[in-house]
Amino acid sequence: MKVEDFDMFCTLLRQRSGLVLTSDKAYLLESRLMPVARKWNLKGLDEMAAQVRTKRDEALLRDITEAMTTNESSFYRDQKPFDQFKSVVLPMMLANRQAKKVIRIWSAACSSGQEAYSLAMLLAEEGAKLAGWKIEIVGTDLSGEMVQKAKAGLYTQFEVQRGLPITLLVKYFKQVGDKWQLSDDIRNRVQYREYNLLGDLAPLGQFDIVFCRNVLIYFDQPTKTKVLEAMARQMPPDAVLYLGGAETVLGITEKFKPMEGQRGLYTLAGAPQKL
Amino acid sequence: MKSCLVVDDSRVVRKVARKILEELGFTCDEAEDGKQAMDHCARVMPDAILLDWNMPVMTGIEFLRRLRKMTGGQAPKVVFCTTENDLAHIQEALSAGANEYIMKPFDSDIIQTKFQQVGLL
Repeated sequence: MKVEDFDMFCTLLRQRSGLVLTSDKAYLLESRLMPVARKWNLKGLDEMAAQVRTKRDEALLRDITEAMTTNESSFYRDQKPFDQFKSVVLPMMLANRQAKKVIRIWSAACSSGQEAYSLAMLLAEEGAKLAGWKIEIVGTDLSGEMVQKAKAGLYTQFEVQRGLPITLLVKYFKQVGDKWQLSDDIRNRVQYREYNLLGDLAPLGQFDIVFCRNVLIYFDQPTKTKVLEAMARQMPPDAVLYLGGAETVLGITEKFKPMEGQRGLYTLAGAPQKL
Repeated sequence: MKSCLVVDDSRVVRKVARKILEELGFTCDEAEDGKQAMDHCARVMPDAILLDWNMPVMTGIEFLRRLRKMTGGQAPKVVFCTTENDLAHIQEALSAGANEYIMKPFDSDIIQTKFQQVGLL
């Protein structure tokens, strides 16, 4: 690939998704974009680069961005964050929101929806404890294709075996051909929306609990700061933020601080002493 | 070190499963059918059993029902590992006392997360 083409794709991806590609990732660009080239009847990435420069066809730019953004996900990924949710975060929010009885949860960059649905199943399992509560789960992703997949709640045999206990599969899924689909009850607990984290987050409203795991790792430092600070504005003072195991706020923003004794959990810097 | 009995009539599947389980820190024994598995458990009760469904002599589900009635037979965590992938089979396995259920084909990730979920790792 020509250096100027690589640079052009990098700039495009950075502007549209915040994704930072270093030159050692050229192979990734080729392997992910070749299927897009075929779909658009372009001979290769040279021709694709030319097309992007001359036409800037929105649909093509969109396909390129979607193909490059990672979509790895699994049910109850890493397990620990969900244990923390059940034993620490949820009880705390139930105590703090006693008056309103409304809790809003955001799965940011939700990919094909497994994180949001894992939470929905967890809440369904809590059952009676949550009677009278309104718990909203919103999943957003940059990719329209992923949002469609998430909404369908339809997963392969392989996907439902990664992290999902068999008892939950039996309880909340139905078999559709060779795939497994989440029940309407679980699907109705989550709203999915196509949304870019680099855009204005205000229309999404305020969230008490934000899951943004393994998202920041793809951004450069200024973008990480921008996204975290924009998220902070969508969170009330006692809200909680989840980041991935390899991520931190240290050196990136002072709006958040690690939650004591809870790895991966962060609170707003101005949070009340006792949450 | 925890022990796992791999019960499958396919030598290839036993070999693949054994390799994965040994990497996860288990000592492994093998049985070719439910009957051999019964004999093994009568001698020594393993911590875990990875269990195929369709086997000659004695099927996995029959073995499981007998195991759960044996002295000490409640203890092992039993993870089915079978090509039977419909809800009816899964429910039958769970009501017979299976702790987890893997639908073939499997990989080491799936075995690892399922073993974690039942507290073996």
